Amino acid sequence: MSRILKKELLAPGIKRFELDAPDVARKARPGQFVVLRIHERGERIPLTIADTRPEDGVVVIVFLEVGKTTRELGELEAGQEIMDFIGPLGRPSEIENFGTAVCVAGGVGTPEIYPVARALKQAGNRVIAIIGFRSQALVTMETEMRSVSDELIVTTDDGSYGRKGFVTDALNELLARGEKPGRVFAVGPVIMMKMVAECTRAAGVPTVASLNPIMVDATGMCGVCRCTVGGEMKLACVDGPEFDAHQVDFDELLTRLKVYLPEEKRALEHWQEGHGTCRCAGKEAGNG
Amino acid sequence: MAKPAPTRTPMREQDPGVRARNFDEVPHGYSPEEAAAEAQRCLRCKKPTCVNGCPVEVDIPGFIGAIAEGRLWDAMTVMKRTNVLPAICGRVCPQETQCEGECVLAKKMEPVAIGNLERFIADWEAEQNECVMCEKLPPTGRKVAVIGAGPAGLTVAGDCLKFGHEVTVFEALHAPGGVLVYGIPEFRLPKSIVEREVNFIRDTGAKLVTNFVVGMTRTIAELLEDFDAVFVGTGAGRPWFMELPGENALGIYSANEYLTRSNLMKAYLFPEYDTPIVRGKRVATIGGGNVAMDSARTALRLGAEESIIVYRRSRQEMPAREAEIHHAEQEGIRFEFLTNPVRYVANKQGWVEALECLRMELGEPDASGRRRPVPVKGSEFRIPVDTVVVAIGNSPNPLIPQTTPGLEVSKRGTIVVDPATGRTSKKGVFAGGDIVTGAATVILAMGAGRIAANSIDEYLKTGNWQDPTGSQ
Ligand SMILES: Cc1cc2nc3c(=O)[nH]c(=O)nc-3n(C[C@H](O)[C@H](O)[C@H](O)COP(=O)(O)OP(=O)(O)OC[C@H]3O[C@@H](n4cnc5c(N)ncnc54)[C@H](O)[C@@H]3O)c2cc1C
Ligand SMILES: Cc1cc2nc3c(=O)[nH]c(=O)nc-3n(C[C@H](O)[C@H](O)[C@H](O)COP(=O)(O)OP(=O)(O)OC[C@H]3O[C@@H](n4cnc5c(N)ncnc54)[C@H](O)[C@@H]3O)c2cc1C
Ligand code: SF4
Ligand code: SF4
Ligand code: FES
Repeated sequence: MSRILKKELLAPGIKRFELDAPDVARKARPGQFVVLRIHERGERIPLTIADTRPEDGVVVIVFLEVGKTTRELGELEAGQEIMDFIGPLGRPSEIENFGTAVCVAGGVGTPEIYPVARALKQAGNRVIAIIGFRSQALVTMETEMRSVSDELIVTTDDGSYGRKGFVTDALNELLARGEKPGRVFAVGPVIMMKMVAECTRAAGVPTVASLNPIMVDATGMCGVCRCTVGGEMKLACVDGPEFDAHQVDFDELLTRLKVYLPEEKRALEHWQEGHGTCRCAGKEAGNG
Repeated sequence: MAKPAPTRTPMREQDPGVRARNFDEVPHGYSPEEAAAEAQRCLRCKKPTCVNGCPVEVDIPGFIGAIAEGRLWDAMTVMKRTNVLPAICGRVCPQETQCEGECVLAKKMEPVAIGNLERFIADWEAEQNECVMCEKLPPTGRKVAVIGAGPAGLTVAGDCLKFGHEVTVFEALHAPGGVLVYGIPEFRLPKSIVEREVNFIRDTGAKLVTNFVVGMTRTIAELLEDFDAVFVGTGAGRPWFMELPGENALGIYSANEYLTRSNLMKAYLFPEYDTPIVRGKRVATIGGGNVAMDSARTALRLGAEESIIVYRRSRQEMPAREAEIHHAEQEGIRFEFLTNPVRYVANKQGWVEALECLRMELGEPDASGRRRPVPVKGSEFRIPVDTVVVAIGNSPNPLIPQTTPGLEVSKRGTIVVDPATGRTSKKGVFAGGDIVTGAATVILAMGAGRIAANSIDEYLKTGNWQDPTGSQ
């Protein structure tokens, strides 16, 4: 059981919760995640730990409302409780001094990469962050990211804010101007992480991506989160979620994420029928 | 004593045609009259061979004799002395290779239905509004942490409570029970029964902490700061795959995932419950154990028109309980024996559409004593499918070994213990069940729990710790 202490709307369809979860807060490291289940009939979904305040026992999550569970979660208010809250899970990010480290995030990947960027900064790196959004209305965490970066580049797909284009355009420019990062971290939509991997592969820059396959138990028991990395089967929940992006089979991951599309639609409709309200705001926000 | 009837008292069951489409329990259980009649068949041997076949040495003639005489409370008291989970063991023990296999009657006729009687007495007790409470010794003030709420962990918890120790059980999932809740389906082991047994342990005083992944939420070293002893009963977790081309196609499940979705997450009630599952029309399950039977029968209940078991040996070699194979056959599961998959074929959208297999023939016996299947050249053929469940086994969950320095682990990833005591290479840490043996049985996990609980008690009293892996 975990109580919501604070709720904020960061952008349309993107919500931030502070939760009372002292056991998780005490152990969490950047790059790790939690699994939560809202109530008895709920499914288990993974969300990245976006921040912690161990002294107060607080864990922060930020999520994009995409389907039934994340929308239902978004309807909860401060003071209410989440039935099951498990973590920290997964291996922490490898944080060391790489010289220059580049953090590339897309959409809701930005709050997810924030603790990684901060830890990299604390470890003495020169941190360059590239954060990309579809349009200005969806820009989140800019101030926080700026505070932990030596250089921050914001991109929007439609050019309504920051630089017009994709995060990979900005990344290519960095590499073209002669930056030699010791490590690139990518968090965001699968297709974005795949493009980042393509950018850095040619330049030979070591790159890790935080994979987001479907999960159930997240303790290595069920095998649903299996991904192919360097031709080998890996379980993202216990062997990851971060892997060498140049070795990941992103196309397989993209396909595997689609396995329940008809059921996801049905779950959402079933919930909305019982619910009676139109939830257009979430839809507009789209998928990262 | 009159000569026993040659055949056992049958247990009434749901009709196969009906039950193959619902998740209700298959057998209905004995009435008191049926139980008494079956109990009369037992000769109450002076040297009961059946007891040798039971890993926890249940006093079989003792409890069956009490049933025969209508002393049902006595029967339960005898049972609980050695077995705290009789409602479960009666349903899931492989009796034909254990107690019943060793019953003297088995040589000439059907053995006494020990499992059925065990189930009867436990269910009877549950219907009364009281239960045989195990006596507790005075509190010792010592604290035991049990990791994993499967049969091994629950047994340790129950026993340590009796010894007067304080017990906290840490469980990674949101519900206690281990494989009993996430693996074994409702139609074979109703979840209300597991809940009842868990409640019994909770009522006896154990503290149950779910959603707590030891190794991640806290390490064993950290637990040892607050607890005097730790028992690791984390089971066999990580599923094996066939490692064949195409295995990550959509529609291919490990049995663990398939059963967890259906049982623990109640996907068969989707969309009332949120967790989805693919309701395949043609489902192939690879394997021949209990897990495979459970998966194939679950597929039927989820609406499969055809549910096929693909097994590389023959019926004789299948490790599943006889009752499960029999039930599966009755329900219309199709068996492809002497058949081994070689690759998966997917369609353009990435969904599995066929399982390509080779026919096998049996050759020389292998290390397990079973005849080794060898492929028949050129016998490739395809089974059209839309769902595949891989049920070929698990390896131990690596989370604890990875996060516990000083804990000796075998090449197979199992935790190394002294079998007589359950002690690991790390002081104060004990282990038992599937995490030590690899995937085994409920009753063996309970047996290991019992051994560990006794030596935890001894360790807490004396403080003596010998290195079990050192020379003795
Ligand atoms: C390690 C990890 C960390 C994540 N961190 C975040 C985060 O910080 N913020 C955030 O907004 N999202 C995060 N996600 C994604 C998030 O888990 C999904 O958006 C969520 O499960 C969708 O559930 P739904 O019912 O709302 O949507 P659905 O309609 O059920 O699904 C929408 C899409 O989400 C994916 N998905 C569905 N079920 C699951 C599941 N059980 N596990 C994983 N993915 C699923 C599928 O691609 C699906 O098509 C993370 C995923 C992983 C694996
Ligand atoms: C589908 C299926 C059918 C079976 N049928 C039969 C049968 O008919 N008869 C029979 O005798 N046996 C059967 N078995 C085998 C039997 O269930 C197991 O041998 C037995 O459950 C092992 O018990 P255990 O206590 O060692 O582990 P488990 O039952 O596996 O329990 C381990 C528990 O530990 C938890 N855990 C794991 N890691 C951690 C961690 N780091 N922190 C906290 N908790 C953790 C797990 O979530 C789990 O709840 C079957 C198994 C399966 C999968
Ligand atoms: S516990 Fe299992 S093996 Fe022992 S008597 Fe009961 S059914 Fe038989
Ligand atoms: S061996 Fe068979 S007949 Fe003899 S006591 Fe055991 S169950 Fe009864
Ligand atoms: S989520 Fe089940 S093994 Fe990773």
